[in-house]
Amino acid sequence: MSIDVIPVESAGAVAAERTGPSPRGELLHDIVRSKTFIVGAVIVGFWIICAIFGYAIAPHNPTAENLEAINKAPSSAHWFGTDQLGRDVFSRVITGARNILIIVPLAVILSTVLGTALGLVMGYFRGLLDESIARVLEAFLALPLIVIALTAIAAIGASNLVVILVIAVVFTPLIARTVRTSVLLERELDYVAAARLRGEKSPYIMFVEILPNVMAPIVVEFTVRIGYAVFAVAALSFLGFGVQPPTPDWAADIAANYPLVAAGYWWEVLFAALALASLVIGINLIADAVEGAIDQ
Amino acid sequence: MSAAAEAPVVTPVSTDALTVDHVDVSYTVRRRDQAVLRDVSFRVGRGESFGLVGESGCGKSTMALAIVRYLARNGRVSAGSIAIDGEDVLAMNEGALRRLRATKVSMVYQEPGRALNPSIRVGPQVAEVFQIAGKSDQESLELSEEMLRTVRISDPAVVMRRYPHQLSGGMLQRTVIAMALASEPSLLILDEPTTALDATVEAEVLDLVKALRQELGTSLLFISHNLGVIARMCDRVGVLYAGELVEEGPALEVLHDARHPYTVGLLRCIPRRDADKRRHALDTIPGFLPRPGDTPAGCIFADRCGLVEERCRTEAPPLYEIGPARRSRCHFHGRAQTLPRAEPAQTEAAKPRPGDGKPLISARDVGKTFRLSGQEIHGLTGVSLDILAGETLGLVGESGSGKTTLARVLMGLTAPDAGSSVELDGRALAYLTKQRTAEDQKSLQIVFQNPDSALNRRHSVRRLIGRSLSKLGHYTGAALQTRLLALVQSVRLTDRYLPMRPSQLSGGLKQRVAIARAFAGDPRVVVCDEPTSALDVSVQAAILNLLNDLQTREDVAYLFISHDLGVVRYLSDRIAVLYLGRLMELGPANKVFSFPHHPYTEALLSAVPTVDDVDSERIRLDGEIPSAANPPSGCVFHTRCPRKIGEICETTEPELLEAEPGHAIRCHIPIEELRRIQVSPPPAKSLPTAHAD
Repeated sequence: MSIDVIPVESAGAVAAERTGPSPRGELLHDIVRSKTFIVGAVIVGFWIICAIFGYAIAPHNPTAENLEAINKAPSSAHWFGTDQLGRDVFSRVITGARNILIIVPLAVILSTVLGTALGLVMGYFRGLLDESIARVLEAFLALPLIVIALTAIAAIGASNLVVILVIAVVFTPLIARTVRTSVLLERELDYVAAARLRGEKSPYIMFVEILPNVMAPIVVEFTVRIGYAVFAVAALSFLGFGVQPPTPDWAADIAANYPLVAAGYWWEVLFAALALASLVIGINLIADAVEGAIDQ
Repeated sequence: MSAAAEAPVVTPVSTDALTVDHVDVSYTVRRRDQAVLRDVSFRVGRGESFGLVGESGCGKSTMALAIVRYLARNGRVSAGSIAIDGEDVLAMNEGALRRLRATKVSMVYQEPGRALNPSIRVGPQVAEVFQIAGKSDQESLELSEEMLRTVRISDPAVVMRRYPHQLSGGMLQRTVIAMALASEPSLLILDEPTTALDATVEAEVLDLVKALRQELGTSLLFISHNLGVIARMCDRVGVLYAGELVEEGPALEVLHDARHPYTVGLLRCIPRRDADKRRHALDTIPGFLPRPGDTPAGCIFADRCGLVEERCRTEAPPLYEIGPARRSRCHFHGRAQTLPRAEPAQTEAAKPRPGDGKPLISARDVGKTFRLSGQEIHGLTGVSLDILAGETLGLVGESGSGKTTLARVLMGLTAPDAGSSVELDGRALAYLTKQRTAEDQKSLQIVFQNPDSALNRRHSVRRLIGRSLSKLGHYTGAALQTRLLALVQSVRLTDRYLPMRPSQLSGGLKQRVAIARAFAGDPRVVVCDEPTSALDVSVQAAILNLLNDLQTREDVAYLFISHDLGVVRYLSDRIAVLYLGRLMELGPANKVFSFPHHPYTEALLSAVPTVDDVDSERIRLDGEIPSAANPPSGCVFHTRCPRKIGEICETTEPELLEAEPGHAIRCHIPIEELRRIQVSPPPAKSLPTAHAD
């Protein structure tokens, strides 16, 4: 059997072109144009620059102790003052961005990849497989972050890797649940039936047919989770599970210096705390812009 | 009246229920104003029923919203005036507007389920209308009960205690109409009130609206895309095209002697009763609606018009007065009927029927039971039918009759009950598609109802069709590209659409992509599940012509599912009628669609409003389709059958028997008797009332 070629001119019904704007380009345009996004991007961009070039920008060596100048208040020599070991707080804040900005994206990328894969499998196959995975994930969700962290540290010891793994364990179930919900809606659409009818295998249907259509919630989840992850990393680091001194780290520095606030040495904590808060706010502004544009 | 060439002036007459005078409406989209209605004028006289007809995107609903000032925040009436009952709507402040909506005008929408609050029982919801009018709570409830009785709900007390989700679509729409009429409005606006309903239910609702109009003297503005419905319901009709009123006049005159090329074209797109796919192609309207905001210098329809002349492109035609109460926005309105066809009238000489009645697909005793919270729902019961090589088998029935379930079982998307058998060329097919061989998968393909759901919106046209070619047709490399182009052209698309995503295509173009995909593997049977029900009439005609052409060229058999009997009649060689999952009738199209036939088929056919017979006596079915969880005893149709003969119908299920060669009917009444009695309609009943079950 062959299909004859019919001259297109005879096809009156398709005379005029009808093109809309490409949806993806428009979405990106919407996001980039929004004021929330711009403010968020400026803040986060600032900290990314600090993370990369921090050691070059910093006026002092952030780890150099100077026992002659401990607990000095902010001055022209030390803009943010010095801490109890005489280290320059400004330099430690600038360079302290690096650690958290490496751990957070790695942890969230790992949990998004795992969560997406699990969510696709659960939503697509449903049934017993879905139920079994869901129970395991719920068990993890029931455990507090700190309990998981303590267990991991007891087993592996404290390090950045542990922090990444702990956060992945905590976030993966959350992302998996979101993805599963979206997949449940998609799998009922006829394009999935059409794929089955031409004999496509399940992995192809999950990753090539369905995955691109559930990217929107995944992207939203990713940006929102980054904000949460900053807090989680800071919390673990504050408790001493993450990077070890003397490496500059905002949360570790807060932990080391906050007993001194009562003695009037507020600058040793305040600037690190402000840095942490501004990063979270910046990330959340970006997340809001992304979510708002996708929801429209 | 003289055929003066200047624009007519509508003088607002205080007695009119509605006067729309030179109204422009525009929406602000991305800081740009886009005109969606231009210079629209019409009036609805007291007690009159005025129809507004046009395809999607022409501005019908915008007009309705503008009249009651419900336009979205980015929409505004930028010129003209609107008066209800002589009162200027556009000049009203919030308070006056609220009073107007509470007392003078009501609106009924397309989806009754969405017009009611799902968390409030029906009674208090209807009563609210009376409470707003200042009645006491007790009085309001009593008046509500009375109002529900007025819309022919026989047990209003029961219905009032229900939540909206516990009522059927027809019952919900009755309730919405009761609420709309409760304030005794002088104008009732109905925006596609029956589009979401089945034909038999639609007929009931239309009858009800017609009867209530006579009883209450309400004026109607009836908006519909369905010319048959307009013909049945309206005294006068206005045709909207791309935001302009292109023709206006008495409904029957406009529909039988249209004076604007658009109206003429639209009417030609509808499959008529005597049309036969082997001889007549449907006509289409070439091209697309202009995009909102693109306003040509001349006539708005010029780009799509077969009668276009130089003058049309430069000079915008006024609304010519062309006769008593008739207006047309065409320079050449006298010649509108001579509009040349966009498609040749004749189909290519039909090849002798291939296959000669050899069954390609055989369904034998197919049953499908769904289990839902412990209840068994019988989706299909003992369905046996053949699809013959190269034929079109039409499958009709109301929603819930099992049409789509049968299609999904044949395709292997839903596993039937054990004991069912689906055969291809006499070989049993596996129940599910993933257990079927590649060759079997290739032989059966489907065109879904909604192309938005059927096409992956993240994939380009090239990928959508190309993947099917490589998976089903095993094409690779250059051969795939050649074949892809041929396939795309065979569904009348060009290669310029290949890089586009579905969201960049119109509904008709999307459906062409879906059809190309279905034909990628040279299928032998294509199931078409309501392929045109989401499309406009003119686009539907083009798709039906395409399916018809492809069948002639490709020698493929269709299982064509539709609730639109006109479409099924046009395309089908044989027809199967389903009711509550059972086959009620099966036979050649002309036999099924003419006497004698099953009483259900008879009722179904008479329910469909057509442009051609407006006043024909109609058979009315009592009540709603029974629940498939608890089907009636005996003949499942006996609860609604107007030809029921007695107890045997309630106790014994009739067999599907061959009443004459090739024509099987499931009815206790012998065919000779049916032939005798169906010459005249069954004893006329008063307008049926609806019971809550």
